[in-house]
Amino acid sequence: MDLGFCVLGEAMTIAEKILARASGREKVSPNEIVMAQVDVAMSHENADVVLRSFRDIGVKKVWDKEKIVILFDHRIPAESEKTAATHKRLRAFVKEQNIKYFYDMKEGICHQILPEFGHCRPGEVLVGTDSHTTTHGAFGTFATGIGATEMAGVWATGELWLKVPESIKISVSGSFKDYVSAKDLILRIIGELGSDGANYNAVEFHGETIRNMSIASRMVLSNLSMEMGAKVAFIISDEKTVSYVQKNSDKKFEIILPDENAQYIRELNIDITNLESQVACPHSVDNVKSLKEIAGTEIHQALIGSCTNGRLEDLAIAAKILEGKTIHPDIRLLVIPASRRIYLEAIKKGFIEIFVKAGGLVLNPGCGPCLGAHQGLLAPEEVCVATTNRNFKGRMGSPESFVYLASPAIVAASAITGVISEPTEVL
Amino acid sequence: MSAPRQSASIRVIGRVYKFGDDINTDVIYPGKYLSITSDREEMAKHCFEAAYPEFLKTAKKDDIIIAGTNFGCGSSREQAATCLKYFGIGAVVAESFARIFYRNAINLALPVIIAPGISQKIDHNDTIEINLETGVIKNMRTNEMIKANKLPSFILKIINDGGLILHLRKKLKIRK
Repeated sequence: MDLGFCVLGEAMTIAEKILARASGREKVSPNEIVMAQVDVAMSHENADVVLRSFRDIGVKKVWDKEKIVILFDHRIPAESEKTAATHKRLRAFVKEQNIKYFYDMKEGICHQILPEFGHCRPGEVLVGTDSHTTTHGAFGTFATGIGATEMAGVWATGELWLKVPESIKISVSGSFKDYVSAKDLILRIIGELGSDGANYNAVEFHGETIRNMSIASRMVLSNLSMEMGAKVAFIISDEKTVSYVQKNSDKKFEIILPDENAQYIRELNIDITNLESQVACPHSVDNVKSLKEIAGTEIHQALIGSCTNGRLEDLAIAAKILEGKTIHPDIRLLVIPASRRIYLEAIKKGFIEIFVKAGGLVLNPGCGPCLGAHQGLLAPEEVCVATTNRNFKGRMGSPESFVYLASPAIVAASAITGVISEPTEVL
Repeated sequence: MSAPRQSASIRVIGRVYKFGDDINTDVIYPGKYLSITSDREEMAKHCFEAAYPEFLKTAKKDDIIIAGTNFGCGSSREQAATCLKYFGIGAVVAESFARIFYRNAINLALPVIIAPGISQKIDHNDTIEINLETGVIKNMRTNEMIKANKLPSFILKIINDGGLILHLRKKLKIRK
């Protein structure tokens, strides 16, 4: 094929190109079912559920001990005896099978650990028993969430069936206003498309705004695309991708770009020049409003962290807003760095001192209370503003509590005022 | 070790338990019970517990769930499909499903049928009969026949084999 010239019908999206490679085919088309070879298979504590199904299948050895990643992040340190037993069982399994990549509870959240430890590469297929596995599309990886029994099948055979998804192209242009960020952008998009607006689809993020974004901000887009149902959510790989991946991984990889006349079922063009702060209101992620509409809502808890917004740039903006200030006396502020590396960097840069002086509780890297397991659950009638990714009824504790999702800047500002606030109000 | 229970038969009959749109997996199976990793009967005791507590009081074994769009959205937790399967739910019919729940249900041999427009045609407490092979749903109250999306044959095969575990055992020729 001539460079830059593709006849219609041969052109492929990123998802199609990766699935063609992974299934040993020249070309695949949307809605075809392919058998894909898996490059990375990640599980956290729910590896215990995977393990039960793996034993039931009856295969003695995993298909490839170097392609499986197991780590602990959802309930660390163990919040119950049951979880302690889960951790213990999995450590034993890791030894038994000689699993090469195991990260015990000291490292942090799976969706930060995978890229930090070099498990994300463009063009590969990565499956994880966690819905926010879409995060790794930020590195050009075909990364998607699967269930536990399905993962047991992957552990046994190294492959799984995938329907080739139709693709949506989202092109973004313009520069953010001060204190408006990737979180506001993706919440706005989810608000527009709805919680199933990208169901079963591959999303590709294109455009100058995306090129100008840090890796961490790009991960916010891929992470939250899950909340509109996306199967995978790619950022167009560029020199930033290559430099990040090469820094962390020794393995060879190839950048996969979509063909110019690849077919999309939907194309959106977004100019963010006038985009304002956005908040997802209870009890769904697509219930998105401009912050102005709900400013002044009383809160009881403010939470900065999670696989969505617990990275260094998130802590940096929060520290900038909280520096020299104290949080509202009726509020508790929880800060959870996404990983040990980020935690150490935040200590070096003085962010952690700012949070503690302001009255915040800094918790160990992990998922924290995001999924309602422990470390800061909500009582009936309580309200939390959080940088996390889900605000479903009862997600963070009582079914009578309320969770608002917003950017780290908004959460930090709200912790000072005690009500949902624009960052500019406290500066 | 017990394998997933009975393999599905071609026809599923049951009373309807109805839900709306966007029923997420946190609602189906609350996060605080995720530490239960292997006791499936125990998982079944917590279906919809926090958000729809009446479900555990009024739903019965063999009931069929009818739901709106995007059923099973959110977390990938397999417990959301497992708890329904081990509660005894016969099938879930929805306008549309979120993809991970859909796959989880198939892998556990819990039939999942996509039926656009179904919410308008069937009421809570109706009795329906689903033919998994043809995708035709009969409302026994009104005798209306509703055409749902047919399951692709390879998915029907996984369900008929009794779920992914038994399907793989067959494929890999493992005897147990």
